[in-house]
Parts: sequence; structure tokens; C-alpha cells
Amino acid sequence: MSDVLSFIGKRLLWMIATLWLVYTVSFVLMRLAPGGPFSSERKVPPAIERQMEARYNLDGSYLEQYFDYLGGIVTKGDLGWSLRLEDYSVNEVIAQGLPVSASLAVFALIFATVLGVTAGVISAVYRGTIADTSMMVAAVVGIAVPNFVLASVAILLFVFGLEIFPAAGWGTLKQVLLPAICLGAPVAAYIARLARTGMLESLSREHVRTAIAKGLPKSAVIFKHVLPGAMLPVVSYLGPATARVLTGSLVLEQIFALPGIGSHFINAALQRDYTLAMGMVLTYTVILFVMNSIVDLSYAIIDPRVKLQ
Amino acid sequence: MSKSFEKGLSDHDPSEQSQLEKLLDESQQIQGVSLWQDAWRRLKRNHVAYRSLHMLIGLALLAILTPLIPLQSPIDKDLNDRQFLPPTLEQSSMGSRVGLKFKDGQLTAQLQRVESQIADLRTELATVSTEEARNEIEQAIKQKQTVSHPFNQLWHNLGSISWAMCRARVAIFGDYAIPSICGTDQLGRDVLSRIMWGARVSLTVGIVATLVSLLIGVSYGAIAGYFGGWIDAVMMRIVDTLYSVPFIFVVIFIMTFLGEDSVKKQLEQIGVNQLTVFYLIIGAIYWLTMSRVVRGQVLSLKNEQFVEAARTIGASPARIVFRHLVPNVLGVVIVYLTLTIPAVMLFEAFLSFLGLGVSPPDVSWGLLLKDGVDALSSVKLFWWMVVFPGAALALTLFALNFLGDGLRDALDPKMKNKD
Repeated sequence: MSDVLSFIGKRLLWMIATLWLVYTVSFVLMRLAPGGPFSSERKVPPAIERQMEARYNLDGSYLEQYFDYLGGIVTKGDLGWSLRLEDYSVNEVIAQGLPVSASLAVFALIFATVLGVTAGVISAVYRGTIADTSMMVAAVVGIAVPNFVLASVAILLFVFGLEIFPAAGWGTLKQVLLPAICLGAPVAAYIARLARTGMLESLSREHVRTAIAKGLPKSAVIFKHVLPGAMLPVVSYLGPATARVLTGSLVLEQIFALPGIGSHFINAALQRDYTLAMGMVLTYTVILFVMNSIVDLSYAIIDPRVKLQ
Repeated sequence: MSKSFEKGLSDHDPSEQSQLEKLLDESQQIQGVSLWQDAWRRLKRNHVAYRSLHMLIGLALLAILTPLIPLQSPIDKDLNDRQFLPPTLEQSSMGSRVGLKFKDGQLTAQLQRVESQIADLRTELATVSTEEARNEIEQAIKQKQTVSHPFNQLWHNLGSISWAMCRARVAIFGDYAIPSICGTDQLGRDVLSRIMWGARVSLTVGIVATLVSLLIGVSYGAIAGYFGGWIDAVMMRIVDTLYSVPFIFVVIFIMTFLGEDSVKKQLEQIGVNQLTVFYLIIGAIYWLTMSRVVRGQVLSLKNEQFVEAARTIGASPARIVFRHLVPNVLGVVIVYLTLTIPAVMLFEAFLSFLGLGVSPPDVSWGLLLKDGVDALSSVKLFWWMVVFPGAALALTLFALNFLGDGLRDALDPKMKNKD
């Protein structure tokens, strides 16, 4: 137990270091780009622009801005006001959008894991049959077709063609389902392939042969002796899978018109909404870091040989 | 065996000696099978992977030779009557659009006209003597060559090799162009031609970005693995940290930054275009997994005897890493390479969809798919704008995936000399 606690403690320290790194890099990148949040489109008189910059603490030197904003985040958890969205603080935008994006991502990951592992196990157990071949072909299709193409075709087919799913909107389970499936499909395909390879490798192990030889039923052998070992690559892929789902949600939120935080990010970066973009990056970094740590932790729990560092 | 050999030496029994010589001859004819030969043999036996390899080579050749193929113009817009044409076999010829104002509506005739004009100007240049008139004519020639040359109206930014290939194509095929068998897009451009020209960009993104990631990842991983200890710990901690950085956001920042006009101009001054930076950025973020894989391999290899031997004869660490260790992890690296290219190509499509990737008039598969998805609606189905570019991308990614799987099986040392 104590090593789990020290692991979590160490990870927290690392997370702070990572966040600081991300903050610094994003700050530099944003300020390097020419043009500020108030300089494009309608030209405001220079005096008013100065006023606005003073209002949003953009009038100091870059170093002052860097420490001011950082101080606000560290001491008050305050990410500032959005520079482009009317009357919204960045915290409010995240508070509104994060539940949407998070539930979409969680649904997508659950769907991907369940479908991927099932398909992988079935195709490994029935290796060489038609079921195996067709499932692996489907998996390659899932990997080879871009997310946004899949989503557009799915909308056309299920929303307009068969009218199974509602067109847009958010809130009910039915509305979450289609975007989550589209988001999870490529991940499911990848997991299916990983699970199949892992299963095949674990099936040829000696302890499995022993288990079969002593007459255990097939289901017991597969679920008790083969599956745990075969799941290691799948578990270690869940970290990158989270990154992939988060990235994919940028596009899918746009296509399905969902009120998540992904859709805000690109606009924020394009319109030089410094505070909002920074808030988004830091939020995603925290999510990714936590997910990676959970993966490492569960890895150590599944496989006793792995030591927590 | 050895006993009879000794006996043979001492007794000089002629029959036995000839037998031994025969044995010696035979043993010299037996050749060792290197890992690569063996892998190649096994790859050939894997039909799907071998076909995939053929397909990829064919595709690469097509992409390289695109300017030679009699395709329609990928950028010439026709808003009058060619928007959203479904696939057709109707004849088409180069330069027939009225708006181009080509002589006789033919590319060949126009080409001849512009070239004779340039030749005329050249002869005039030889006759005039004043500096001013000279400059003026040189300007006129330049204008003819860059702006009003028919090639520049039909193609965008041809390099010198592509230019020569286009010329050869006109010489071979004249005005003939393949009909729009894949339909036309929302601006009346031929989809087939755009797919072929897009292949050049998409494949280059995939290959160049992957090579960049290879270079960084292999050096980083090999160095970390070889030196071990605190160097390894620090280097791998950095990689772990970078894994938690949402790189997509960094890329979006950089791409918006590069999209800015003033930055674009500065870049052009130092002779770098946006596309090159795009390749480099993607490459620079895809090296993390590669470095982990290589490090793991190097860790298990570095205590082998051949490394000890190299160290004993005084080879420098750099030499050991890059001459002795890196070639040994090449198998894993190649497998990973074939799986990184598809990931990078998908990433390009993704960025193009967000409007942050390749920008028109350059064209890539991602951009074509974006156009296609935009044109998809429940009212009218312009299916050909999605299906053909999508099929091109999907088939390429299929082939790369199957080849990667095949290579992994073929290069697996556990499988050596089996089946």
C-alpha cells in the first residue's frame, strides 16, 4: 500500500512539473504568433485597445504577464476571462464543456474496450475461421478510415437514412451513442488487434497447456488463465487511447455539434484567445496525465512482476 | 568423423581422400542464411503482405510519375457546367475550357504559341543594345514563362523535374486527357487527377515525417539504452512526461502561427515552405514510441558479446551505438516504421479536416476527404467525392498495415528457419 501512495505522490509532483512545462511552452508559442486577441477584424482605436489590454492584463511585459497569469492559476485556480467569448470566464467554459467531453470520451473508451476485447478474444480462440478473418478485416477498416469520414457516413446512414438516432443535441443516452461509437471505433479496432495478438501469445504458453491437459473446461482456461496475461498490451494501450479519443473529439464535437470543450479549442487558438486556449491545454494535460498514471497503476496490479517506480 | 579425417591424413587412402574432398566441396557450397534473406523468403510466402508490398511500390511509382500520366488539370476550376459531375466516360481534352482562352482551345496550340512568343522575344533581346530595353524584354520573357505559360495555369508550382515530365507528357499524349472517371468536385476539378496529385503530398508527408521521427527516436532510444544509469532515467522520464503533453494542441498552435501571412513571408525568404515545416513538426512528435521500443531492444542487446568485443578493441561509445547496436534493432524499427506511416497519414487528414494542414492550391488526400465530407448532404449525394479519395487512403493504409504485420512475422527471430 505504501508504495502505491508514494507512487501517487511522485506522480503528483511530476504532474506539476509537466503542467508548468506545458504552460511555459504554450505561453511562448502563443505570444510568438503575430497579432493579439484585439488586433484582428474590426480595428478599434489604439487608445481603446490599450484600455482593453490593461483590463485583461495584456499590457505588461511578457515576463510580467507570464508570472501574473501563473500566479492566478496557482493561488486561486483562476484561469482568467475568455478574451473572445462574451462574459465567460475560462473556468465557466470548462465547467460547462468538460462534462460533455468527458462523458463522450468515457463512453467511447468503454465501447472501444468492450468491443475490442470481445472481438480480439473471439478471433484468437477461433483462429483461422471466417469469424476471425472477417473481424480482423473489419479491424483494419476501422484503423484505415479517418474518424471524420466514418462520422459523416454514419450520420448520413443512421440519422438521415434509417432515422435510428437523433440528428444533434446532447443529454439523452441516444444522443451520446452515435458520436461515442464513431469516436471509439478506431480505438476498438486497435484494441481488437492487440487483444488477438496477446491472446495468441498467451494461448501458446505452457501453463495454458497444463490447464487444458488437466481437463479444465475451455471457458475456465480462457477467462482465468489466458485472458489476464493477454490483457497487458491492451491496458498499456489505454493511455495512448485516451490521447487519441481526446484528439478525435476535437473533430467529432464539430461534426455532431456537441457543446464540449474540444470545439472551443481550435477557435481559441485561431482567434488568439490566450486564456481560453491555455485553459484547454492545461485541462487536457491533467486528463492525460491522470489517465497515464491510472494505466501504470493498474498495470502493476494486473502483473505482479511490474514494480511501481 | 574427426577420427576418419585424421586417418585419412595419415594413410593417404586415395578413395577416402576423394570422399573427403567431395565433402569439403559440398560444405563450401552450403551458404549461411542471413536473417534478412530468411525474412525475405518468409515475407514472400505471406501472400497478403507480399501483394501489399507490390501495391505500395506501384502506388509510389504512380505518384512519382503523375506528371507523365495524361490526367486533367488538378487546379483548373470550371464553375460553368462541370461542378459535381458524376463519374463519366465522356471525352475530355486539355485546355478546352473557354475561360482559359487557349488558342484553338488546345493545350498544344497554346504551348506552341507562348513558346514561339518567347523565342521571338529572345531574338529581339539579341538585337537591342540599350540597358533599359533589355531589362524590359527580360521582364516580358519572365512574365511569359511564369504567369501566362499554360503549364502554370493548369498546374501549381511545378518543380523542374515535374515541369520536364509535363512537357514529355504533352509530347506523348498531345491534348488527350483521361475522362473524369471519378467525377468532378464542387469547383469543377477532376477528382481522379486531384487524387493522383494528392498522393504525392500525402505519401511524402507519411514518409518524410516518419523518417524524421525515426532519426530522433532511434538516436534517443539507443543512447538512453546504451548509457543506462541516470542518463537513461532522466531521458526516459522526459519521454514519460512528453507522453502526457497533448501534442495536438501544440501542433495547432504552431500551424496557426505558421498560417500567419507575415510568418509565411519570412519562411519563404529563407526558402522553407509551409509544407516542409508541416512534415518536420509531425515527425518531431511521433518519435516517442520509437525511442521506447529502441531503448528496450538496446537494453537487451548491450550485454551481448559482440558489444563487449567492440569495447575491448577500443571502439568509442558513438561507434558502438550507431555501428553495432542500431543495425541490430533495424528489424523492429522497420516494422514500427510501416505502422507509423499510416498513423502520420491519418494525422495529416485530421489536420486538413480542421483546416490546419495542407492549404490549397496544394492538395492532399486529407483535403480531398474534407471537401468530400463537406459535400455530403442528405439532399444530394455526391458520393464520388468521398468514396474515391477515401478508397485511395484506406487501401494505402491497408497495405501498410498488412505489410507491417507481415514484416513483423517475417523478422521475428523466433521464426527463423521454420516453415
